[in-house]
Amino acid sequence: MRNLLSHFFFFSFAIGLLVPFVVYPLYQTVCMSFFENDTFTIKYYSEVMGSPESLNAILHNLIWIIVHLPVSIVLGLLFAVLLQNRRIKGSSIIKAIIFIGMVIPMVVGALLIRFSFERGIGIVPLLFKSLGFTSLDKTWTAYPDTALLSLIIGSIWLWTGFNMIVFSSGLATIPKEYGEAAMVDGASSLQTFFKIIIPLLRPSFLIALLTTFLYELKIFDIVYVATKGGPGDASMVLAVLVYIFAFRDYAIGKATVAAVLLIAICLIPSIEIAKLVTKRA
Amino acid sequence: MIKKFVVGLTLNVIAYIIGVVWCLPLIGLLMASVRPYNEIVSGWWNLQEFHITFDNFIKAWYSEPFPLGQGFINSFIVTIPSTLIPLMAGAFAAYGFSRFNFPLRDYFFMMLVVFYAMPLQAIALPVFRILNSLKLLNTFPGLILVHSAWGVSFATIFLRNYFQTLPREVEEAAKVDGASDFQIFFKIIFPMSLPGVISVLILQFSWVWSDFFFALLYIHSPEKYLATQSLVMMGGVYQISWNLLAAGSILVTLVPVIFYALLQKHFIRGMSGWVTGKG
Repeated sequence: MRNLLSHFFFFSFAIGLLVPFVVYPLYQTVCMSFFENDTFTIKYYSEVMGSPESLNAILHNLIWIIVHLPVSIVLGLLFAVLLQNRRIKGSSIIKAIIFIGMVIPMVVGALLIRFSFERGIGIVPLLFKSLGFTSLDKTWTAYPDTALLSLIIGSIWLWTGFNMIVFSSGLATIPKEYGEAAMVDGASSLQTFFKIIIPLLRPSFLIALLTTFLYELKIFDIVYVATKGGPGDASMVLAVLVYIFAFRDYAIGKATVAAVLLIAICLIPSIEIAKLVTKRA
Repeated sequence: MIKKFVVGLTLNVIAYIIGVVWCLPLIGLLMASVRPYNEIVSGWWNLQEFHITFDNFIKAWYSEPFPLGQGFINSFIVTIPSTLIPLMAGAFAAYGFSRFNFPLRDYFFMMLVVFYAMPLQAIALPVFRILNSLKLLNTFPGLILVHSAWGVSFATIFLRNYFQTLPREVEEAAKVDGASDFQIFFKIIFPMSLPGVISVLILQFSWVWSDFFFALLYIHSPEKYLATQSLVMMGGVYQISWNLLAAGSILVTLVPVIFYALLQKHFIRGMSGWVTGKG
């Protein structure tokens, strides 16, 4: 009995914080999406699912994933492989530069995106102008056709460092002899890379994939600070839409529906991560 | 021999090009922060006129009506307890998860990981109501509570995995000598886990410091704005003062960067624990 009490004590602080401020609100979010004045309704769901602005936001999250996921993972892997090469002098400094996107607050990341894509102020429009693409010499975040793209490119810049570190730690666990043995057997570097290194990096791929996917769904700060989802709703995403529904439209029912959708999409990768993290110890 | 040299040179050149390209936005930010406004409106890369000034930092620090200086004070007031409370609560729970046996233990633990992976929007609106009914909306204690609760999952997960990797001999010997769980926790586990504890400290501190969403929802008075809020509000309405924004951005970023730099080794160890499963 005493034992049980002392065991419970170890969990009491965590429970005391989690139950009122995480577990109960999570339950409430789901409840609020289904109830209007204590009567069950799916009205909010039909409102949200039928409105073009939600479909538009979901589409933007999808575009974000389609572009950002492969690019940030391939770049992260390439940088990790390149920069583990001992012949490169100062590779740790370059690694630190790429990783800094992970350290800077997302709000600063958002300002940096606006800054870098602003005509006359930032480097990106200048770059396209000097390459002859004069139509892209404009403030990207201010035009519907480029706003989302500029945010996605910026988020690749911010996030690739994470994937690079994941693959670097994965590579560090692969014994050098594996690659060397394959080379002695006459395999080319490319063959070694695709047939030996890549399969051994499977756990790193899984972590990078799941974490990046969640990051793309949770995108809020970058969009809210850089464009507020605009111009119009050209860069609106689901997480910002939750905020817009709740605090611009005061439509709490619709906001919780959007939140539930977000939870539902995040649930599968979250459970996969939970399995990975729980199993391994 | 020559081939080897050429390959080595090519690799170096590629790596440096990547490094420079990746650095460009940051160089731009730095340039904008140390030069007067009229020099950067024509592009920070224009160097015909080049004056270095720290005016922008001072202006950003005192800028009205959202001075970053006040934002820094507020951010520290919120961030320090919001780091220490979940660290302690999480360390206790992590000890429980790694040393006690009870039914459904792994399922509870998995639930924590799922909480940790959830978007903030999953709890944000009901929490708004709860804080409101507790009269804690627009107060630091309210925000600290929310951050602490949200951080508990992370601290517990991270430290449980760290505790799992510790050798058991010492604590088993202590147990034979009649030590209680509290004694083992405070005298053996916690001191042995200092690198893990420091990792949680860095990550949670940076997370809370960088947070914008919870602050945006739960803090409304300008004099209570956190650093991230003051920074976002500082831009100006009609004309964006990029030099102030750049200086402010650097100031806000400096805090977590210094933290990471000081404790980089622990952090990398923590990350590789996350990733490779070796702790």
